[in-house]
Amino acid sequence: MKHSFIDEYSGLDSFIHRLDPRTKLVASLAFIAAVVLTPASNWRVFVFYFCIISFLLILSKLPPLYVLKRSLVIFPFVLLIAVFIPFFKEGEVAGSYNIWLWQVSVTYSGLFILANVMVKAWLCILALVLLSSTTKLAELLKGLRQLGVPQVMILILSFMYRYIFVLADEVMRMQQARDSRNLGGNRMYQLKTIGNMVGTLFIRSYERGEMIYAAMLSRGFDGQIRTLQSLHFRPADAYFSAIFCLMLIFPCVIWW
Amino acid sequence: MDKIVEIKNLSFSYPDGHQGLQHVDLVVCAGENLAMIGPNGAGKSTLLLHLNGILRGNSTVEICGLAMGEKNLKEIRKKVGLVFQDPEDQLFSLSVFDDVAFGPISMGYSESEVRRRVKRALEWVGMDGYEQRSPHHLSFGEKKRIAIATVLSLDPEVLVIDEPTSNLDPRSKWSLIELLRQLPMTKIIATHDLELVRTLCQRTVVLDGGKIVALGGTEDILNDIGLLRAHGLAPAVDSVESYL
Repeated sequence: MKHSFIDEYSGLDSFIHRLDPRTKLVASLAFIAAVVLTPASNWRVFVFYFCIISFLLILSKLPPLYVLKRSLVIFPFVLLIAVFIPFFKEGEVAGSYNIWLWQVSVTYSGLFILANVMVKAWLCILALVLLSSTTKLAELLKGLRQLGVPQVMILILSFMYRYIFVLADEVMRMQQARDSRNLGGNRMYQLKTIGNMVGTLFIRSYERGEMIYAAMLSRGFDGQIRTLQSLHFRPADAYFSAIFCLMLIFPCVIWW
Repeated sequence: MDKIVEIKNLSFSYPDGHQGLQHVDLVVCAGENLAMIGPNGAGKSTLLLHLNGILRGNSTVEICGLAMGEKNLKEIRKKVGLVFQDPEDQLFSLSVFDDVAFGPISMGYSESEVRRRVKRALEWVGMDGYEQRSPHHLSFGEKKRIAIATVLSLDPEVLVIDEPTSNLDPRSKWSLIELLRQLPMTKIIATHDLELVRTLCQRTVVLDGGKIVALGGTEDILNDIGLLRAHGLAPAVDSVESYL
C-alpha cells in the first residue's frame, strides 16, 4: 500500500528545499510568533505577511492546489474552538436569534475576532505546510535534535513516523479480513468485533516493539543513540535568515 | 577447523513456562553454511536469538572463543550478524542510510569509517544508490536485501538469517540465494525452504520440539524421507512424493 507522506514533496529541488532545516524551523517559529503577536486591527500587516508566505511558497515550487488543500485541514479545529466567540463577546449586536429557550446574539466585535483568529491560523498553517513539505522528516528531526530537543522525543517521533503506515496497513488488512467474513449481525456484535481488532492491533504493536528492540540490540545498541552530524549551515541560510527577519519586522515599523 | 559457534547443553524456557529449547549441542565451523530446518514452533528462531545473546539460557554459548556474557556482548554482536525474519522489524529508521549505519555508529566507528561501511554493505547487496530512500517505499525483496546490509555493515564473521526467502516471489528468492552464495562469511540459515537448503548449505540440522533430532550432510538429511516425514518437513502421502 502506498501512503501519502506528510513530506510528500520534500524530494523537489528549490531554494527553500536546499535551506538548512534549522533555518527553516527557526524562521517558521519566528513567522508564527510574529503573526500571533500582531494586533487584530492591523490588517495591512496580515496582508504583508500573506505576501511573504505566498512568495516563499511560489519559490518552493510546491503545487498551489496541494498547499491549499493541506492548509484547509486546520479550519475544522479552529472553528471548533473559536465558533462561540461571536456569541460571548460583548459589543454592538449584529443579529439576535431565539433558539428554543435561549436568546443568543452575535456581535460585530465577536465576528471580527473570529475572522482574525481564522486569518492568523491560516497564515500559521501555511508556514507549517511550507516547512513540512520542503523538508524531509528525517532532516527536520535532525534539525530539531541539533536545536536541543531531547533525543527521546526525536526517537518517539521517528519511530511513530516509521511505523504509523505499517500499522495502517495492518488495520486495512484486518478490515478486509473482517469484511470478507462479515455477514451482517447487529450493531452490538460489530462493535465487539472492532473492540477485538483494536486489542489485536495493540498486542501486535507491542510484539513488534519487542522485535524492533531485539533488532536494535543485535546491532550493538546500548541505550545510547548516536547520529552522524550532517547538517551544514551555508551562506544562503545566513542571507535568508537576515532578509526574513527584516521582512518580519518591516511592517511593524511602518504601520504600528 | 576453527569453531565459530559452540553451544553446549543449551536449554531455555520462556517466562510462561513453555520449553523453547532442550539440551541443544551444536558446533559450527568457520566458512560453512549450516541450514536449520524444522516445523513451526520447533525452536529455530529461539536458538538464533541465543547466538548473539538476545536470549540467554542456562548454558555455555561460545562465539569465536568468547563466552556469552555481559562483558563480551558488544564484541559478540559485532561478530554475529542477526537478520530478523520481518524486515519491518529490522528497518526501523527513516532512511536506508540511517538503518545501515545504525550498527557501525552504535559500535563507535568514526564518521568516515561509517560511511565507507554503509557504502560497501549496500554494494554487497546490490542496493547502492538507495541511501536516502525511506524503507516504507521499498518492495519486499528490496527490504530483505537492505535488512541483510544492515548487519553486513558490521563485518560479521557469521551471518545468522531467519527465513531469508519467506514471502519472496521466485525471482527475488533466487537472486537472494545467489547473493547469499556470494557472501564469504559463515552462515546459519533457519528456513522452511528446502530448495535454498539444497543450493546453499553443506550441513543441515533438524530441530523439532526444541531438540536437535538430526544433524548431518544436507544431501543425507534431505534424502531421508522418513526423517523429513516424521518432523513434518515432507508430505505424508506417497502420491505427492514426486514433487520432492
